Amino acid sequence: MIRTRADYPLAETQPGAVTGKRGKSLPEITLDSVLAGDVTMEDLRITPQALQAQADVARDVERPTLALNFERGAELVEVPQDFIMQVYELLRPGRAKSKEELLEAAATMRDTYQAERIARFIEEAAETYAARGLFTFRF
Amino acid sequence: MIPKLNRWKRFADWDERPLRLDKFAAEDPANGFSAFSSPADPKPGIAIKGGRVVSLDGVLEHDYDMIDRFIARHHIDPEVAPEAMALDSATVARWLVDMNVPREKLVRLAHGMTPAKLAEVVSQLNALEIAFAYSKMRARKTPGNQAHVTNAKDDPLQLAADAATAVAFGFDEIETTMRVSRNAWSNAVACAVGGAVGRWGTLFQCSSEEAEELRIAMAGFTSYAETVSVYGTEKSFTDGDDTPWSKAFLAAAYASRGVKMRCTSGAGSELLMGFHEAKSLLYLEARCLCLQRGMGVQGTQNGGIDGAPLTATIPGGVRELMAENLIAVWLDLECASGNDARSTESEIRVGAKILPYLIAGSDLICSGMGSILKYDNSFNPSLINGEELEDYLVLQRDFEADGGLTPLPESRAIELRERAVEAIAAVFEELGLSTPTEDMKTSVVYASGSDDTRSLTPRDVSFISEAIKERGITVIDVVKALANRGFREEAENLLNVVKLRLSGDYLQTSAMIRNGRIVSAVNDPNDYLGPGSGYRVSEERRLQLNDIRDVLDQKEVLRSEALHEKDEARHIRYRNLGPAANGSANDDVVIGISPAFGLKLYRTTAGHRLSEVLGAMLDAIQARGLKARVVRFRHTADTSFLGLSAARLAGSGIGIGIQAKGTAVIHQRDRQPHNNLELFSNAPITRLEHYRALGANAAAYALGEMPEPIVVPQRGEAMGSRYHARVALIYAIETGLTEAGAAPEEVEVMLTGAKS
Repeated sequence: MIRTRADYPLAETQPGAVTGKRGKSLPEITLDSVLAGDVTMEDLRITPQALQAQADVARDVERPTLALNFERGAELVEVPQDFIMQVYELLRPGRAKSKEELLEAAATMRDTYQAERIARFIEEAAETYAARGLFTFRF
Repeated sequence: MIPKLNRWKRFADWDERPLRLDKFAAEDPANGFSAFSSPADPKPGIAIKGGRVVSLDGVLEHDYDMIDRFIARHHIDPEVAPEAMALDSATVARWLVDMNVPREKLVRLAHGMTPAKLAEVVSQLNALEIAFAYSKMRARKTPGNQAHVTNAKDDPLQLAADAATAVAFGFDEIETTMRVSRNAWSNAVACAVGGAVGRWGTLFQCSSEEAEELRIAMAGFTSYAETVSVYGTEKSFTDGDDTPWSKAFLAAAYASRGVKMRCTSGAGSELLMGFHEAKSLLYLEARCLCLQRGMGVQGTQNGGIDGAPLTATIPGGVRELMAENLIAVWLDLECASGNDARSTESEIRVGAKILPYLIAGSDLICSGMGSILKYDNSFNPSLINGEELEDYLVLQRDFEADGGLTPLPESRAIELRERAVEAIAAVFEELGLSTPTEDMKTSVVYASGSDDTRSLTPRDVSFISEAIKERGITVIDVVKALANRGFREEAENLLNVVKLRLSGDYLQTSAMIRNGRIVSAVNDPNDYLGPGSGYRVSEERRLQLNDIRDVLDQKEVLRSEALHEKDEARHIRYRNLGPAANGSANDDVVIGISPAFGLKLYRTTAGHRLSEVLGAMLDAIQARGLKARVVRFRHTADTSFLGLSAARLAGSGIGIGIQAKGTAVIHQRDRQPHNNLELFSNAPITRLEHYRALGANAAAYALGEMPEPIVVPQRGEAMGSRYHARVALIYAIETGLTEAGAAPEEVEVMLTGAKS
C-alpha cells in the first residue's frame, strides 16, 4: 500500500497500525505498560515499514530526495549501531586507505543487511573518493 | 582662550558607543570578503546528456569536485533543469515576490537549478523583497522558535528549571550543550526532564560529538539533531573531517533511529576555515544548500550561524544572511534561520537583524535564542538572550507578529521552576545518581543565572553523567523514576515525546508539535497567495501576544490615584468660594488650576504632591510681596488656556496655568494663547524647585521685571514612551470634568503642613 498525504500524520490517522520493533502499537505503549515493565527501548524504535510509509508521503508531497533518505534509513534500521558508526567513520576523509575498503563495507551492507541503496551509495562514495584522491594518508 | 582641538567631539562620543566594538571589513573578493558576487563565481549553466548532468556551472563532469558531483547526482532533477535554467533570472526573481505565483511552481523550478543560478536570482532582490519572498516561500505556515538551554556550570538542576521555563515561553525546540564534553549525558537527562514539565511536545537536542550525540538519541533522551555541518568547498569539507557522503550517511542513520535531523551551514564558514576559493558567500552557501537537498535532509540550520558575526562585518553581509535563508526555503528545506550567534554589540543592529524574520515568520526564527543569560550560554551569546527576551515579546506585540513566544507570568515561572527542580532531583535520587540538598534546589529556583546558584559543580556533574552512560540508563528508566516519585504528568509528557519516533511523522519537513499534535509542511503547508492567506495571527493568538506584564489601563491609574487621595487629604484642603472676580490690584497674581486638580488627581507625573507644588508657587509669589489667588477653571483643561484665563483674571495681568499632571505655564493677559511667557511642558522631570522658580518668575513679570527664564534640563529621555500612556489616561479624567461655559471658581487653599 502506498501512503499519501491523506494518511499523514500516521500516528493520528492509524495509531493502531503504528508499531515498534516488537509489534507493540502506539495505543499499547502507555505509562502503565511502561511501569508494568512491558515496554523496552526496542518498543520505541522506528520500523522500516514506518520509514517506507513516510517515504511514500514525502514523495506524494513532491519531496523525492527526502523520500530517498527515508528509504536509505529504512535499510539501516536493522543494522547494528556499531557497524553504522564503523561505516560512518570509514566514509570520513582519509579513513579508508583504498577504494576496496569501502567496497567491502558496501558488500556487507548488501549481503548481510539487504541494504541495497546504502550499498550503492557507499560505492558511489568509493568512486568519488578515488577520483578526488581522498584515500591519502591523514596524520 | 579655548584651545582648538584636532577632532570633532561627536566622533569621540561615537567612539564610546557599543557599535564601535564591532569591527568592519573591507570588501575584498580575492580574499573571500564579498557577500553577493565575486569575479571567481561561475556563471550559471548546465548541460545534460542522456539524463546525466555532464556540466554544472561551467565545470565539466570529469573536473567535478565532490560537491559538484553530489549536487549533479542527487540535487539536480534532469527533467526540470533545462526549463529552469533557461528562464531569465530577473523573471524568476519577480516570481519570487509575486503573490500570484504559487510556491509549488517555484519549488519545482528550484529542483532544476544550479547553485550559481539560485544565487543569481536571489541577488536581484533587495532586503525587503527577500523578507517578503521568504515569508511566501517558507515551507510550514505556522512560525516557530528554538531556545538554547545551557549554563556555565553544566548544573542539571538549573538546566531542568531553565528548560521548563523555555517550554513555558513557547519554544518549539530546545538545544543544550556542555562546558565539559563528558557532561553530555547529564545535560541530556536534565533538559529532557525539565522539558517535560508543564506541557509536552518541545523537541530537544543535545549538541555533542557525532557518535555520542547519536548514542544519546538512541537512549531516548533527545528527539532531534542539527549539528551535521556541511561546507561549500571541498577543502573546507574535508578539513571539517567529513564528505557529502559521510554526512548523507549520517542523515540516513538518524532517520533509521527515528530521530529528526537537519544539517547546518552558513556564510562565512569557508572563509573562517581558510578555503573560500575567492568565491562569494552567497554562491558557496547556495552550494551547501543544494547539497543538503540532495542528501535528503528535511531541513537546515542556516543563516551564517557561527559565521554570522564574520558575515556581518562585510558590506551587504546581513542582507546576504537573509538571501541564503531564502534559497533554503526555496529549496523546500525547513529553515532554522540563524539569528543565534550574537553578530554585533549594537542593540540597534540586533533589533534590525531580527525584525525581518519576526514579521516574515520562519520555521524556527532563532536557532536558537538564548533563553538563559549571556554568560550562561555555552554556545556563545545569542542574538537575543535571557536579558533581552522581554524586548522580543514586546516586538511581537508592536508588530502583531507571531515570533513563537508567549509572555509568561512570574508566578507561573516560579511554579514551573520549582516543579522542574523537584522532578530532576527525584530522578537523580531514584536512580541513585545524586541527592541535591534543599539549599541547592532553592538557589536554582529563584536564580536568574548560574552566578546566583549554590548547586552542583561541573565535577559533581561529571560523576552523574558518566554513571548515566556507563549504567546504560535510558529514557524508560527516567520515565519510571518520575512516575514512582509522583511526577506522573511529567512521565507521560516524556513518554509522549519518545513515542513520536515510532510513526516518524515528525521526520517530515518542518515538523513541530503544537497542542500535542504534529504540525509540519505536510499538514500545515504555507499557502500564501496574498493578503488574507498564509499565516495570520488569530484574535486568540493576538490577545496572547498582547498580554505582556505591567500594562497600564484606566483602572490602574484610578487605583493609584485613590491611594494618593488619602495621603493628600492630610496635606491640603480646597474650599470653593464661589465665582472668581476680576482682580484690579497690581499685586494680584492668579494661579489657574485644572478641573481635576486635587479633586480626582493628586500627583504630578514626576510624583510630587499637588499640595507641595501649589505651596511652592504660592510661597514664591508671596515672597516678592505679591498676593496669589487660586482659581479653578472648569471650561478648559488645556494648559495654555488655563494660563491665559488666569492672567485675564489677575489684576497684574500675569497668571499661572497648571494641570494636575504638572504641566504649567506663565501667561500674560494680552498674549496669544500659545505665545506664553514660559512653558514647563516636561512635567515628569520638573522638580519642586522648578515650580518654586516658576512662582518667582511669575511674580517678577508682575513687578515688570525681565527674569531669566527657567529651563528644565532634559537629557533626551524618551518622555513619550515613559509617560504618555499615563498622561493620556489622566488627561481624559481632566477633560471629562470640563463643562462648556463653566465659570471660574475662587478656591481657598489650606495647606495643613502634615508630614508624610
